[in-house]
Amino acid sequence: MNLTLKIWRQKNNSDKGGFKEYKVSDISKDMSFLEMLDVLNEQLTEKGEDPVHFDHDCREGICGMCSLYINGNPHGPLQTTTCQLHMRSFNDGETITIEPWRAKAFPVMKDLVVDRSAFDRIIQAGGYVSVNTGGVPDANEIPIPKTIADLAMDAAQCIGCGACVAACKNASAMLFTSAKVSQLALLPQGQVERKRRAEKMVAQMDEEGFGACTNTGACEAQCPKGISITNIARMNREYFSAVVSNTELV
Amino acid sequence: MSWVSKTLSSTLGRKLLMALTGLFLILFLVVHLAGNLQLLLPDGGDSFNVYAHTMANNPFIKVVSIGNFAFILLHVIYSIVLTQHNKKSRPVAYAMSNEGKSSTWASRNMGILGTVILIFLVVHLKGFWYEAKFGTLPTTMIDGESFSDIYAIVAAAYANIWYVLIYVVSMGFLAFHLSHGFASAFQTLGLNHVKYSPLIQKVGAGFSILIPALFALIPIVMYIQSLS
Repeated sequence: MNLTLKIWRQKNNSDKGGFKEYKVSDISKDMSFLEMLDVLNEQLTEKGEDPVHFDHDCREGICGMCSLYINGNPHGPLQTTTCQLHMRSFNDGETITIEPWRAKAFPVMKDLVVDRSAFDRIIQAGGYVSVNTGGVPDANEIPIPKTIADLAMDAAQCIGCGACVAACKNASAMLFTSAKVSQLALLPQGQVERKRRAEKMVAQMDEEGFGACTNTGACEAQCPKGISITNIARMNREYFSAVVSNTELV
Repeated sequence: MSWVSKTLSSTLGRKLLMALTGLFLILFLVVHLAGNLQLLLPDGGDSFNVYAHTMANNPFIKVVSIGNFAFILLHVIYSIVLTQHNKKSRPVAYAMSNEGKSSTWASRNMGILGTVILIFLVVHLKGFWYEAKFGTLPTTMIDGESFSDIYAIVAAAYANIWYVLIYVVSMGFLAFHLSHGFASAFQTLGLNHVKYSPLIQKVGAGFSILIPALFALIPIVMYIQSLS
């Protein structure tokens, strides 16, 4: 395959940035999207040019490190992570536009790399459970019904890649935050901090400058892990019931 | 900041106000439509005039109507506040975006739809509400009693094809606004459930077609009546 790549290049956070076009040839249909970018970077390095910076780590679709807004979709045309996207999803001769995630809370660091530490700060605000010190508890000491465990696991599928923020017209982080609130609110281990968690994580999400939700459902449709917006409804319930009933002023 | 004002200034709190005021306005549409359908009764407007008289003089309705104006205002103000906030959340737009693949047009353009509905509301209130409240009205005799003939004002307005067209087109915008707004309000309130959400979505879809269609039917029928 021969392709034209229209890639966002930006030296650093304060640089204005702009698109640059590159040609790559002899790309195999079986290559992953990131391998195709590796080929481009090898070309650039050989020419003595600065390679295109992009985030990636496991390349197995489980770490949530890869990003990229490809041809108008986060993680490209399929509902998967960019590392699991293959070049067979594109046509020979096609022009592919590659942009970084666009959100005030995700500042561009260089080229296609954005700083997603806003997500870490949301987790730090309340995405944890208290664990008592002492002896090792017995396995299965706390019974959890299968249906509840399944719901919690569905929410826990979130890998924190930020595709929801990238897909949302408001750059809202509600799907991410709600998945993290949900996975703990559903389980017995998460009850101690339940109210505090909902309030703190929502407050942090707002402080980071993410937008509000307009229930378009774009996040759910684009999430590589299929996180459902029922989690957003659950977060709203958690938050509203927490603010009216929490005896602790958060 | 008290916990109440802190909650209401959070993104979730603002959304909650949008949902609650929106649901109230949805209820208002039903009541308003039920009243207006009396315009189509073949009694020369008598039942509509009696109804309008009752509505204008009932103290309970007066309180509700003040609440209604307040909720419209709140819905508009909070939509502006939220839209501004959302715009700031993405300072650099995408060069290429494929939004249509993952969300409906109406859900992405509630602000545009709402603005058109607001402009319609101003025209609508000037034409009828303002006239009924502050204008000099013709009177009509019903069972020996004198009533303001609001029906005559409505009939005169709906004899004008441009006025009718504005109404019908505006109801189209309302239909799209409701097609997203109805179910969206429930989602914001956290009412998402495997048993009820499909029903809410179906009722919402039906509501968004039926209510604006019936509203639009009134000026169309009255225009046709005015021709004969």
